[in-house]
Amino acid sequence: MKSFNFKSAANTKEATKLASGRATFLAGGMSLIPAMKLRLAAYSDLINIKKIKGLSGIKVSSKSLKIGATTTHAEVAASKEVGKSIPSLSMLADGIGDPQVRNRGTIGGSIANNDPAADYPSACLALNATIHTNKRKISSDKFFKGMFETDLKKGELIEAVEFEIPEKSAYAKYPNPASRYAIVGVNVAKYKNETRVSVTGAASCVFRSKELESALSSNFSVSAIDKVNISDKNLNEDIHASAEYRAHLIKVMAKKAVSSC
Amino acid sequence: MANLVGAKIERKEDKKFLTGKGRYTADINLSKQTYAYFVRSPHARAKIIKVDHSKAMKAPGVIDVFTGDSVVKDKIGGLICGWKIVSQDGKDMKCPPHPVLAKDSVNFVGDHIAVVVAETLEQAKNAAELVNVSYKVQKSVTRTDEATKFENIHEGIDNNLSFDFLLGDKGKTDEAFSKADKIVKVDIVNNRLIPNAMEPRAAIGDYNASSDELTLYTASQNPHLDRLIMSAFNAVHPEHKFRIVSPDVGGGFGSKINVYAEDVVIAYASKKIGRPVKWVAERSESFMSDNHGRDHVTHAELALNSDSKITGLKVDTIANLGAYSLVLAAVTPTYLYAPLLLGIYDIPAACCTVKGVYTNTAPTDAYRGAGRPEATYVIERIVTEAAKEIGMDQAEFRKKNFIKKFPHQQCLVHNIDSGDYDAHLDKAIELSDYKNFENRRSQSAKKGKLRGIGFSTYFEACGVAPSAVVMSIGSGVGLWESAEVRFNATGNVSVFTGAHSHGQSHDTTFAQIVGDKLGVAIENIDIVHGDTDKGPFGMGTYGSRSLAVGGTAIVKACDKIIAKGKKVAAKMLDGKPEDIDFKAGEFILKNSNKKKTIGEIAFACYLPGTFGDVNSPLPEGVEPGLIETSFFDPSNFSFPSGSHICEVEVDEETGETKLVKYTVVDDFGTVINPLIVEGQVYGGVAQGVGQALYENAHYDKSGQLTSASYMDYTMPRADNFPHIALDYTCTPATSNPLGAKGCGEAGTIAAPAAVMNAVIDAVGTDVQMPATAEKVWKALKKNGSKKAAA
Amino acid sequence: MISINIKINGKKISKEIPDNILLSEFLRDNLSLTGTHVGCDTSQCGTCVVHLNGNSVKSCTTFVADCDGAEVTTIEGIANNGKMHPMQEAFKKHHGLQCGFCTPGMVMSAVDLLKKNKNPSEQEIRDWLEGNICRCTGYQGIVAAVKDAASKM
Repeated sequence: MKSFNFKSAANTKEATKLASGRATFLAGGMSLIPAMKLRLAAYSDLINIKKIKGLSGIKVSSKSLKIGATTTHAEVAASKEVGKSIPSLSMLADGIGDPQVRNRGTIGGSIANNDPAADYPSACLALNATIHTNKRKISSDKFFKGMFETDLKKGELIEAVEFEIPEKSAYAKYPNPASRYAIVGVNVAKYKNETRVSVTGAASCVFRSKELESALSSNFSVSAIDKVNISDKNLNEDIHASAEYRAHLIKVMAKKAVSSC
Repeated sequence: MANLVGAKIERKEDKKFLTGKGRYTADINLSKQTYAYFVRSPHARAKIIKVDHSKAMKAPGVIDVFTGDSVVKDKIGGLICGWKIVSQDGKDMKCPPHPVLAKDSVNFVGDHIAVVVAETLEQAKNAAELVNVSYKVQKSVTRTDEATKFENIHEGIDNNLSFDFLLGDKGKTDEAFSKADKIVKVDIVNNRLIPNAMEPRAAIGDYNASSDELTLYTASQNPHLDRLIMSAFNAVHPEHKFRIVSPDVGGGFGSKINVYAEDVVIAYASKKIGRPVKWVAERSESFMSDNHGRDHVTHAELALNSDSKITGLKVDTIANLGAYSLVLAAVTPTYLYAPLLLGIYDIPAACCTVKGVYTNTAPTDAYRGAGRPEATYVIERIVTEAAKEIGMDQAEFRKKNFIKKFPHQQCLVHNIDSGDYDAHLDKAIELSDYKNFENRRSQSAKKGKLRGIGFSTYFEACGVAPSAVVMSIGSGVGLWESAEVRFNATGNVSVFTGAHSHGQSHDTTFAQIVGDKLGVAIENIDIVHGDTDKGPFGMGTYGSRSLAVGGTAIVKACDKIIAKGKKVAAKMLDGKPEDIDFKAGEFILKNSNKKKTIGEIAFACYLPGTFGDVNSPLPEGVEPGLIETSFFDPSNFSFPSGSHICEVEVDEETGETKLVKYTVVDDFGTVINPLIVEGQVYGGVAQGVGQALYENAHYDKSGQLTSASYMDYTMPRADNFPHIALDYTCTPATSNPLGAKGCGEAGTIAAPAAVMNAVIDAVGTDVQMPATAEKVWKALKKNGSKKAAA
Repeated sequence: MISINIKINGKKISKEIPDNILLSEFLRDNLSLTGTHVGCDTSQCGTCVVHLNGNSVKSCTTFVADCDGAEVTTIEGIANNGKMHPMQEAFKKHHGLQCGFCTPGMVMSAVDLLKKNKNPSEQEIRDWLEGNICRCTGYQGIVAAVKDAASKM
């Protein structure tokens, strides 16, 4: 791997200060390190943020569940608070990668990376999350900009992700049999005033499905999905699935999610 | 001590692996070692205009850069095809030049162009990025069925056709088809696979200028053959000054048979710079440059008479050789394939043609099963279709057509010595609870799943033999095996075998054989392999040959030890050699209580004298020492067979197939260690299931390998399998004294057909391998499934 | 270069190391602990699994610089005074290994499973092992070994 400087930041201020030039933050590194090994990415500095106090942990209130950026997937999956307030989130975290990835990978890293087939971005969109950074609060609807692209500015650091607790929610994922990333993952959350449905894996970036949301908002049932027409326009096409198959899977996974809500 | 053979004995080799003390090539580090990194083609096909390595030479830490020009200058030979096939017109197959470093053209993504040798791996990699290769990119072809229609990719090889092979009696077969009451047809794509032994290939060259000795550590299944080829053809170094060591090898599955360009270049580079050179493949390199396997397109037809008997078989196959012809590339889809197409059925007439074609893909070669999985897939698919079309039960149709009497001379090549096919099928039917399958199908339907069942009744031919015959049909070497049994003076035994274990458990199995034979405790027996400086020349391990051929060589060497021991014992016990019995490690004089242990005999052989006594314990003419060597050349292959029954559940909405029940009953003849044999079968089945449901090497239209990592190439994982049920029947082989038949590849040979027959039964229409969810979903939709279309 | 303090298999080590060295490289190249293997470059095969502060992780996807103050246990560190760990014994008994290359990672992953789930079902074992690829055994012996070890630990 190409050489770089490894620096640990003691607090967010220092992290931002260190993150100049070709530097990047390092949390779990589960996507970053493989990319660096394959020389698909190279940096002058890696700023380790795992030693920053207060970035890790889970807090629950009556309305929301706040997860610190460096909280690992395994911690989220094992958390009783998460299991009680948003069980679909525990399940999602428990299905990311494999046990070793879950022991290292973090929610902040996953969201900042915004892999088009990652699981957490779908949870952010469906569960109306607010992304807390050291600079501001960003609504998840504005956060995910495109493939591996977010609204984060240079040096801006995610501190926590705050999910709005729904009446009910579920995540159904059809995994890529090789990588175990989502070929299609559908996240459904029912709130008092709206139903939010997000889709990951299917397109270049996680997105909300207006068609499914409007169908489920008026009638939150599996049969409501039957009538929805999902276009395969703009969906991904690769060796694992055609756009046509992904469009079909969106409906199948949406039904699966709704029925397990 | 007796009865080690047949016992479930835990493996002697396990402790080192379990405690992290295994020693694989990549674990070896030598003093003053340097590191190599290869520059590879990013294009599927291109002319090389220029390789400019001047910048790389100046990069930090770089010691040297070798290119196609370097190896030409130093007269390093190209890679070879080790078994050449003759086409039906009598002409030799066509093999393009295959330089170890490409000079004029590259022909697949990953083709080796140059190597950078530097003080550290990082420096070698950095410098490799500075090697500037100018290409003239050309159009490329990757698809098997398009190769003959594409422009010539190698000069002088028209239609990209290496050979057009024919086996069988075409006239007789046509006659059978003209008289047939029913003809069944299938079209089959046998998907391309990447072997993926978990240990990536690796090589360390170590040239000693003082002694002019060259040592190459390499992850190989056959170090002696490597040395022979690298001396005789690649001209790297003379054989007597060349040592090849294959220490612990982390899986082979055929992918470590070949002498690869990297082996030759690393050995050569070490000689050139006078220091050790280490290269370890990154997994991405393995995907690109290890030999791939399978990749056939086949049309097959089966003729039946009105009595549901098979009367003829016609098969036409195109086999994709990839960009060049590797060591066993041509024999795999011909002699290892065509004769096996008959399966275990009594088929009076058959003919098969195989066109071997070149494409701009990684070269293919033997991969676990090598030809036999492809053949078994064809016959077991078409037999299944035949039974379906005539409305007969799968088991009944098979039994009706099974070979019943042995030995049986098949109409193509093989003379099968032994077997009882009804026996293993009956046992498998029982074990799989076949009679209640329809109940299980309805239970699955209640869960919304389509359940299907598939049979695969297979046979295979292990331990290719005899040598004179195989060399008469093109093999570059004979396929005998060697053994040396060396008693040490203190009574323990070193056994040198030409076979090589890379997971097959020879340390244990061979020790069991020797332990029983000589009456020595297995902890006092050491099996030595994988080092050309230690044992006699041997052929290595592939084709499930080690036990039947290598094990027999060991038995024969043990027999010689016993024969010599009897002579010595006779003198020591004051009897005649013919009056000495040998049993459980003791030489006993008949009708007496006089005996000597084999340890005492060994001691006497090495220390033939006693203080104060001038008489030797050795008889006149008997030399001191107790070492015997044997070379065994079997008279025939061995023919294991068995029945696999598979059940799958298909999710109608997603098309996902789940393996839910799998039953195996095999006839491997004599089983030395059931624990180890079971492991071979489970592992083999997993690889066969991988081919059927998951694995696929995919090239896109521009010739890029798009399944080039574990992110995209689906390796079977633990959660893909149910518990596999396994049992045996036994008809001992007659071609070797052990009665053993070979078990290493059986699972991989039988499983694809069993799984796909089950998938197709569930779906109700044809699906090609691998039966990925999308493919199955499309088939369901086409077949009118409302759930799939919803 | 960066200086780190790390405890490996119970032994304290203080070293200056290049910033970009992976834990797998450090174990293999600097400490000659070659039981930890490297079988891929995309962090998926699991042959490199070790324990970091008690949890199984992929050492090929962890910087040593990131392990300052940590405790690492490798396959060489789980036997007790020459007596193999019950998981190692169980792998031997059930023929849970053939070529041995995936074995260290597989064992380390399985040991972590039993820390978190003392009595896993067959399905739970199979699911947990999704980050460890074995090409030889078909996993049947491995699953049997983990089950057996669970009953003995």
